[in-house]
Amino acid sequence: MASFTPTIPAPRPTTSRGNRADLPPVVGGGDGSRPDPGSPDYGARLRRARLGLVIALTPIMMLFVAFTSAYIVRQGLPTFDPHTNTVVRDWIPVPLPTLLFLINTCVLVLSSVTIECARRQLARQVALEPVPSIPGVSLVTERKFPWLALTIVLGLCFLSGQWLAWKDLASRGFYVATGPSSSFVYLLTGGHAVHLFGGILALLAAGASVILHRPLASRRIVVDVTAWYWHFMALLWIYILALLEFAH
Amino acid sequence: MATHEFAAGESHPHAAPQGFIRKYVFSLDHKIIGLQYYFLGLAAVFVGMFLSLLMRIHLIWPTAVLPFLGEIKPETYLSLVTMHGTIMVFFVLTTAPQGGFGNYFLPIQIGAPDMAFPVLNMLSFWVTFLAFLTLLASFFVIGGAPLHGWTGYPPLSALRSSGPGEGLGADLWITSIAVFCIGALLGSLNFITTTLDMRARGMTLMRMPLTTWAWFCTAIIGLLAFGVLLSAGILLLMDRNLGTSFYLPLGTINGQLTGHKGGSPLLWQHLFWFFGHPEVYIAILPAMGVCSHLLSVGARKPVFSYKTIVLAMLSIVVLGFGVWGHHMFVSGMSPYSGYAFSIPTMAITVPSAVLSFAWLATLWRGNIRFTTPSLFGIGFVSLFVAGGVSGPFLAQPALDIQLHDTYFVIGHFHLIMAVAAIFGIFAATYHWFPKMFGRRMSESLGRWHFFITLIGTYAIFVPMHYLGIAGHPRRYSQLTEVDYLRDLIPVQKFITYAAFVTIAGQLIFLFNLFWSMFRGKQASDNPWEATTLEWTTATPPPHDNFGGHTPVVHNGPYEYSVPGAPRDYVMQTDPAAVKAH
Amino acid sequence: MGLLLLVVLWLITFASMYFFVAKVWWFPPGASAVSAAFDHQFVNTGIAMGIVFVVAQVGLGILLWKYRDRGKTSRAQYYSGETRPEILVLVFAALLFMTTDIGVDLLGGHLWAAERFRPAAPNAVQVEVTGMQFVWYFRYPGPDGKFGATRPELEDASAGGEAALGLDPQDPASKDDVVTGTMVVPVNREVEVILRAHDVIHSLSLPAMRFKQDAVPGLAIHMHFTPTQEGDFAAVCDQLCGLGHYKMHGIVKVVSQEEFDKWLAAREAEKQ
Repeated sequence: MASFTPTIPAPRPTTSRGNRADLPPVVGGGDGSRPDPGSPDYGARLRRARLGLVIALTPIMMLFVAFTSAYIVRQGLPTFDPHTNTVVRDWIPVPLPTLLFLINTCVLVLSSVTIECARRQLARQVALEPVPSIPGVSLVTERKFPWLALTIVLGLCFLSGQWLAWKDLASRGFYVATGPSSSFVYLLTGGHAVHLFGGILALLAAGASVILHRPLASRRIVVDVTAWYWHFMALLWIYILALLEFAH
Repeated sequence: MATHEFAAGESHPHAAPQGFIRKYVFSLDHKIIGLQYYFLGLAAVFVGMFLSLLMRIHLIWPTAVLPFLGEIKPETYLSLVTMHGTIMVFFVLTTAPQGGFGNYFLPIQIGAPDMAFPVLNMLSFWVTFLAFLTLLASFFVIGGAPLHGWTGYPPLSALRSSGPGEGLGADLWITSIAVFCIGALLGSLNFITTTLDMRARGMTLMRMPLTTWAWFCTAIIGLLAFGVLLSAGILLLMDRNLGTSFYLPLGTINGQLTGHKGGSPLLWQHLFWFFGHPEVYIAILPAMGVCSHLLSVGARKPVFSYKTIVLAMLSIVVLGFGVWGHHMFVSGMSPYSGYAFSIPTMAITVPSAVLSFAWLATLWRGNIRFTTPSLFGIGFVSLFVAGGVSGPFLAQPALDIQLHDTYFVIGHFHLIMAVAAIFGIFAATYHWFPKMFGRRMSESLGRWHFFITLIGTYAIFVPMHYLGIAGHPRRYSQLTEVDYLRDLIPVQKFITYAAFVTIAGQLIFLFNLFWSMFRGKQASDNPWEATTLEWTTATPPPHDNFGGHTPVVHNGPYEYSVPGAPRDYVMQTDPAAVKAH
Repeated sequence: MGLLLLVVLWLITFASMYFFVAKVWWFPPGASAVSAAFDHQFVNTGIAMGIVFVVAQVGLGILLWKYRDRGKTSRAQYYSGETRPEILVLVFAALLFMTTDIGVDLLGGHLWAAERFRPAAPNAVQVEVTGMQFVWYFRYPGPDGKFGATRPELEDASAGGEAALGLDPQDPASKDDVVTGTMVVPVNREVEVILRAHDVIHSLSLPAMRFKQDAVPGLAIHMHFTPTQEGDFAAVCDQLCGLGHYKMHGIVKVVSQEEFDKWLAAREAEKQ
């Protein structure tokens, strides 16, 4: 299977980062033989989307930094008990469904692997897209493994697993308002689940764009950005789990 | 007509839309979105001003019966206070300067055809608009709008029965703010990506106009701060609706146990002010950028030390995140933290002072044209200094003990944040109106507006410092219960009359704005003889900003009165490049 | 226009400064041990900031008048790049502000430390101050020197006094606790206040004593002050606490030690 990146001259990018327009443009593929009117070239769009993702991850990080600091401070927080006129601490750690959380972690890490495969598969596809237009060259079309669909399935498995973990907690009497420690367990895991669900929606959108025959380059950008987002969500989950398990 | 060089090539990322809905309602064009934000801010400021008018009337005529509204009850007064603050801080000061002018002019000033993510840009406006509607809805639900102040301290804001408006009204208030956070974050995302990735050839970071730098810095602050506000709001909603006790300790309300225990009201204060202090820099930085910019245009001189102004703004971004505890000196937080926050608070006066110096030095040996935009830029400097000098009193914990939660604080933040930022908005309006609408606003009406507003706002807010020194607490809906407050009513009366006059003066602006849109004198492409990229393009700019071309930048943004140049300004795109930059 | 701006700015500046300098509206006369030092620090800060304010506004006015556009004859002076004078001026400004502000801060630092870093003196008069919507209660521990336990379940605001605080009659230490709606303290003796709140955050502000501290539910905050003059002084609530925030006020009566002892003894006697 071919795996080279053709360099096809494309029009000079119209926007760049200041003085860097002297450098040759990054062209990762796409139909570069004709300038695409109305959009900057694919390489710039990919770079811009990735930059946007890095920036977008910052406030998500700040949200969980704020939750973490509230968590740590609350653990050690003394409160005035008027019954005894003294100051007491009322933090009772929640016994976590650790095994279930570990299984979910494996599922999520696996889904990170599958989405990375999807990302690379799509990158290869985009790189190879202009090849059939080279006279005399043809490409053996291979069956593409449905990495994207598998990721969606694994992601939904993870969320179901989280749901089971919550049910486990509830069955042992730990609801969201039972105590401060249980509140934080639900808050942190719930906040993460909401963001992961957003990632699943993005993957569904990427899947929908296949059915709607959107340009390959656009699909690649969506999947690429979502993949990096997904990896961040996996790392975030590991962090949250470690926080809950070890910062008692 | 100055010469400028354009690079060949396509430049617009999306074709011009057809149809009213795609063109004006769900537009992806940053210029339309900027106007949408601007008019949202304009509507919000008149609502906010109206609320403050009611507040001022109630304070000195508590039993007055107003047409349509009847008598203003104490709880109504407090909900006016809350909504006035919330609307002004979020929907005026955080939308109009950044979402309005920033959206419209940042891409043009850096030579880009649009923002990086036009769909997200459109979403950011509509999310913000939705947040505004949600907030206003709280006036109309059972219980009315909340009365807990724009700062929303729990347990007052967390217990549904702590007062009128603290039921559904407070839930709507928190939801509105949470939704606003999302909109603001989407906006920050666009601003930062666009500034980093879409500058035209030759537009290095150090050739960007200071307005662009200010919008960029503001977006960075927002990116880091709004997530924390969102977290605070989520915890508050959980305490109110799910029975958690993040903020609520053991206690009673109206004789009943609240059912919560162990939480800390101070947690909210930390989270809120971690956002809240950087928020005031979000409110003021765009105006600082506009002021730096307009003083240079008006004085026909380069800014005094472009690099230092950039460095000062960046250090405000950094230092601004380290001072939040100065809102909490008497909150019950550890007194040692008082020192820890006081020192950086004093330190942050340094970049502000440096900026003020730089503005004065820009005027020095200038050739000042007193156009309306210049006047408002000058007014900004005066107000910023006036509001700034009351800061070091509050920054000292020992003095803050006496002044905290008094009218001294209200006077301080209104002068330095509210009025100064509003002057920035006015300055920007008068300056960019010709480019946005192709017509000129009336200069004489502008002058009347300027003087009435300058003198009026000083008359309103300086006396508040006297009240604070005399011990007048904030957020008192009536002044008749405490002896020494009754003695201060004459000062309150003066403030109210000053407010009448000042608010009336804003009607001049409103008239000028809308009249000139339709009947103003036609404007040339560069009526102020300014150098930055927006003045190289048609008026109003075409859909892709530069008519199919992309500018190439050769000069810095403040090349005024260059020795040897044919005119007293050199456009950024002029290839007869100014040496030494 | 330049001249007009100068006149307007100067008028605003001097009018504002007049009312500060003439102390037309000023702090209430100080009645505590720290008030003189506080007022002194405030005035020092005021002088420093007043100079900055006047110089900046007056200077702005002068610049606007002197460098106005006079038509064809006037021209601005160009600056290219960051020249040494530019940098020096700005460094000077930065240093000036750094030293002024931090200097002023450090000067006042001892005030804060004295009040807040050290606990109350062992022989201080103890008063527990409880804020609730919309009234202040003051509790004295009585001859046993101990505050009795309170239970939120027992609170009954309509009954006033001990019941409003939820005083636990089972606790022997509560028997001699005196609860009043007016704070009475002896002059020239340190008063330790223990601030509590039942429902929302309140703040006890005694302007004449230069004292203020938030009363936070869930906390019992210890503060102290020493009144140095006899008389009646205003106590107001200084943290928005709801509808009745504006009428949540009281009085601090500072009396001689003998009067205080008599008053307290009379309150104790009433409880029998």
